Amino acid sequence: MYLGRTVKVFGSRESELLVDDDEFGLEGAKPQSTQQQTPTTRKRYSDPDSDSKVQFTLEHGFGDSHFSPAGTFSARLKSWSHGGKTLTKLRFSRNGFSDEEKDTFKNLLTGDDFYRIRVPSSVISPPGKEFVVASVRAASLSLPFLRCLPRDGLDEHFVIHMEGANILAASYGSLGACQYPRQFKLPAKWSFNSHTILKCSEQAPRTPIFTEEILGGENADGEVEPPPERSFWAKYWMYLIPLGLVVMNAVTQATNMAEEQTGGQAGGSQVQQSARRR
Amino acid sequence: MAIRVSLLLLVFLSSAVVSFSLYEDQVGLMDWHQRYIGKVKHAVFHTQKAGRKRVIVSTEENVVASLDLRHGEIFWRHVLGTNDAIDGVDIALGKYVITLSSQGSTLRAWNLPDGQMVWETSLHSAQSSKSLLSVPINLKVDKDYPILVFGGGYLHAVSAIDGEVLWKKDFTAEGFEVQRVLQPPESSIIYVLGFLHSSEAVVYQIDSKTGEVVAQKSMVFPGGFSGAISSVSSDKVVVLDSTRSILVTIGFLDGDINFQKTPISDLVENSGNAEILSPLLSNMLAVKVNKRTIFVRVGGEGKLEVVDSLSDETAMSDSLPVADDQVAFASAHHEGSKIQLMVKLVDDLDTVLLRESIEMDQHRGHVDKVFINNYIKTDRSNGFRALIVMEDHSLLLLQQGAIVWSREEGLASVTDVTTAELPVEKDGVSVAKVEHTLVDWLKGHMLKLKGSLLLASPEDVAAIQEMRMKSSGRSKLTRDHNGFRKLFIALTRAGKLFALHTGDGRIVWSMLLNSPTKSEACERPSGINLYQWQVPHHHAMDENPSVLVVGRCGSDSSAPGVLSFVDVYTGKEISSSDIGHSVVRVMPLPFTDSTEQRLHLIADTEGHIHLYPKTSEALSIFQREFQNVYWYTVEGDDGIIRGQGMKSSCAGETADEYCFTTKELWTVVFPSESEKIISTLTRKPNEVVHTQAKVSTDQDLLYKYVSRNLLFVATVSPKGAGEIGSVTPEESALVVYLIDTITGRILHRLSHQGCQGPVHAVFSENWVVYHYFNLRAHKHEVTVVEIYDQSRAENKNVWKLVLGKHNLTAPISSYSRPEMFTKSQSYFFAQSVKTIAVTSTAKGITSKQLLIGTIGDQILALDKRFVDPRRTLNPSQAEKEEGIIPLTDSLPIIPQSYITHSLKVEGLRGIVTAPAKLESTTHVFAYGVDLFYTRLAPSKTYDSLTDDFSYALLLITIVALVAAIYITWVVSEKKELSEKWR
Repeated sequence: MYLGRTVKVFGSRESELLVDDDEFGLEGAKPQSTQQQTPTTRKRYSDPDSDSKVQFTLEHGFGDSHFSPAGTFSARLKSWSHGGKTLTKLRFSRNGFSDEEKDTFKNLLTGDDFYRIRVPSSVISPPGKEFVVASVRAASLSLPFLRCLPRDGLDEHFVIHMEGANILAASYGSLGACQYPRQFKLPAKWSFNSHTILKCSEQAPRTPIFTEEILGGENADGEVEPPPERSFWAKYWMYLIPLGLVVMNAVTQATNMAEEQTGGQAGGSQVQQSARRR
Repeated sequence: MAIRVSLLLLVFLSSAVVSFSLYEDQVGLMDWHQRYIGKVKHAVFHTQKAGRKRVIVSTEENVVASLDLRHGEIFWRHVLGTNDAIDGVDIALGKYVITLSSQGSTLRAWNLPDGQMVWETSLHSAQSSKSLLSVPINLKVDKDYPILVFGGGYLHAVSAIDGEVLWKKDFTAEGFEVQRVLQPPESSIIYVLGFLHSSEAVVYQIDSKTGEVVAQKSMVFPGGFSGAISSVSSDKVVVLDSTRSILVTIGFLDGDINFQKTPISDLVENSGNAEILSPLLSNMLAVKVNKRTIFVRVGGEGKLEVVDSLSDETAMSDSLPVADDQVAFASAHHEGSKIQLMVKLVDDLDTVLLRESIEMDQHRGHVDKVFINNYIKTDRSNGFRALIVMEDHSLLLLQQGAIVWSREEGLASVTDVTTAELPVEKDGVSVAKVEHTLVDWLKGHMLKLKGSLLLASPEDVAAIQEMRMKSSGRSKLTRDHNGFRKLFIALTRAGKLFALHTGDGRIVWSMLLNSPTKSEACERPSGINLYQWQVPHHHAMDENPSVLVVGRCGSDSSAPGVLSFVDVYTGKEISSSDIGHSVVRVMPLPFTDSTEQRLHLIADTEGHIHLYPKTSEALSIFQREFQNVYWYTVEGDDGIIRGQGMKSSCAGETADEYCFTTKELWTVVFPSESEKIISTLTRKPNEVVHTQAKVSTDQDLLYKYVSRNLLFVATVSPKGAGEIGSVTPEESALVVYLIDTITGRILHRLSHQGCQGPVHAVFSENWVVYHYFNLRAHKHEVTVVEIYDQSRAENKNVWKLVLGKHNLTAPISSYSRPEMFTKSQSYFFAQSVKTIAVTSTAKGITSKQLLIGTIGDQILALDKRFVDPRRTLNPSQAEKEEGIIPLTDSLPIIPQSYITHSLKVEGLRGIVTAPAKLESTTHVFAYGVDLFYTRLAPSKTYDSLTDDFSYALLLITIVALVAAIYITWVVSEKKELSEKWR
């Protein structure tokens, strides 16, 4: 799997989790089919550090059809002493497309309709609450062009925004850019390359508070630090250039004068005489 | 402290920020300010023994004001807070105005002549209940004049002199609701009548000196009462029973209670539900039944008889004692285009003291309220003046058959504003006269020259000022070159449209919305929003622009909507229609048809989308873009934002081809236990962004992430949704989101721990600035977030651009994975904020200013450079040259940058900006109870000369130069000649 074994860490509280090949459900393998029956199953281990394993189902829908299970997320739910809960080590196993689903997907591609996914908004409470839905134009999932996807499989990318044990939103789409107008091409291989990222909210940086000591220290001299010394040329170029021109002018004039003195004496006096005659 | 001040000064000086302050003589040159009070609820006349006749009013905008009865000007006015609604107003001791507000918990006295507050008393209140203010005229207790106030379950007697609570009586335990406080003349006993659980009438006799209950009588009425009550005399009141079909007369003479029931069907045939009208008439009451107003006289033994009936559009005043123990009241109703005002005696309805008919503008609607006052004419007969409140909230004084003055109080409740261009100046119908002859022009400029050379005498200065005020046809009704003259179209809560001229703020036209069908359910729709419907560019000479007013029949969101199309130039309604479905959201689309009508989508409560205009051409345009139309809904209570896409045409028998269904594409679910949506915001759809890139100091290029489909959402912890300071910092967190509304992607998410709303935000180009409260620092903060695009970051190479190997022209799809990064920075801000806006200019080149409506109802212009996330503590030389200001922890508030200078826009609610044609200039319109307009140039008027520019000086300089050139030429000629002759 390309990209598959690299684990990227985005920031301190985000982690991209890549799924091992055997859990990927490649080439139509259907792992753990028993777990698809219930939308959310939960297993708690009574660990002392109150870590527990949770699983929740990804469901998908083609166009306007109903949602059906498509894969399972499993993660560790860490309960902190201060009462907060965070989800870590998210893994995803995708079920392959059945033949029927392949046909529907092809129809979806021709119609450029939406391929929709949903996950429960809360991973620990029982289903029946709201679902977080995301959707994508099917054509943009199987884009075999330029930078978007050099491979010919189906490439999907989940970004799941978490707040504690709740899922706020799921972004779903392909990895690269999506060209418009969307091209129509069927995928050559009906396998999904899945990438998932878990995102928590960033803390806003504290507003800088400048104490008066710092300011006092800074302004102790009472002066702004002098700007760095510039070179002579940088300072005075505007005077030097005209000066140079004047000098050059003077030099040429001097040479011309010398020439005139030698050759043009007669002509000059003639003009003077004619002027006087007026 | 001194260091801080000096640092601020240093920052101010070093950044060399141009200050936007005005000189004193520039006030009013391009700004105007209008003061209003709102729709009048109560009015008390003060005309006896007063040099200046005045009327004290309290309004629905929580304003108490004293108006000049002669001219309608405001003597003084106080705008109470938004949660401080006035329940009653009266005059005590002949010199204090007493107001009761906040559900009977605050009592204030204002000095009548100048409006100074004399005293204020906070009354204890345990529960919310109706409140009652009673100022007995001739009740005196030990040199003190008590005011009786009921509110919050307590009856208080408060001294009128100093506001001290004399005594209070607790009724909270019983749940007793006081309805009337009556005081028989020459008695120290006051009668307090009220209902217990709205089925038992109780009369307390209370000693007015001590507040002790002398006697108490109660009697159960089996049917139960409805709330309305009318007191007809000092010992009788009339109420309706809970079925609203029986009038019950309650007599409580000498502490005995007796009931006397009169079914309304005895009085009127086939009566439906009745309603007691509010006017207080002696020995008579007005009842509204079967769409008629009937007058019922209460006889001595509680016998009721109908004496008159009027149509229900008649407004009536309270009764007013006139000479010879007679009592009169006024009624006003419409007859065609005229108002019939009648003043009759209560005892004898056939005696008409006054009958006047007054021509009235039909765009004022019908009469809503009448207040009358009498005066003695020179011939000793009674004269009457009537203050009437019309349906459009305007206030008029009628006297001697004419409108003495009128006030457009509807403008105190502006709900939506849009701008419109004025007509193009045509050759044939030119309004432009040559206002100045050349001599006048020269004279004017000579005066200006004198002024600028400080040679002008005081008279000259006055003349200059006057000339400036009238100058350059600023109130002309045609388009000008710079786009300074425009119309602001304002929609008010009463459903009236006003067109205001930017030049002088006058009302060019006004129009009251009419329901097309005039059905009974929807006679007068209330306007919701205004949209620009048609803005002709190609046919600007012969087609008028129009606006779309979306209205609703009733306050419920599922009520059917009404569309009205109004010609902007004339103010006439072109057409209007009942659309037969509700209006939840209106979305202007970026498409126009061949007549330049903009396509609009209207979403209803059933989740259907309707396309307007309903033409086949619009439909074909829409079908082409059908796949690419998305919209979203925010369900604030559930904390869900849903994105929707178009699905198909509506199915069903009632549906037409302009109706579409949607499908849900994405949802963002905020966990209800930790987040609650308090604010959402998008960019203005018509905003212009001049440049997509920003060059930073190290010659690096940053591409702005400019998307029209970004939604800013702010959520707080549910605990922290209350007032500031109601939670500890640990309990409250503020989270802000930037969400792409096509895919539902969260592009940016930032949480502020220990912070609280309310959040006021402004979204422009690629940045959001929002204002909130930091509980840890006990200060307000302003945070800026700027979003930059990284996917185009590699287009920096010039050679790539030259060879065309860039992706700048590639279409951008929301389905691509966004590669963006954000920069943010927080600053403290010393003031709380009511609203924030941003300046907008024609091409978006001019730098931007934030317009912050502060808690003091003023507008502060803050340069966007102060809220730049790239500010650093010690900017390098290059950064300084770029204009980056050294980082400070708080944003400066420079007094000169208040664009409202010394004025206040009382009750400020919104700020609207609109670009002028001149790139440097922007129109700013602020509305609240007051209206304020000014023109701003955030980077100074770099593209035009100021009005003060002295052309005469320029001319004189040129002439002098030419003369000098000529003289020197002659002189040099001469000199040369003489040299040659030498």
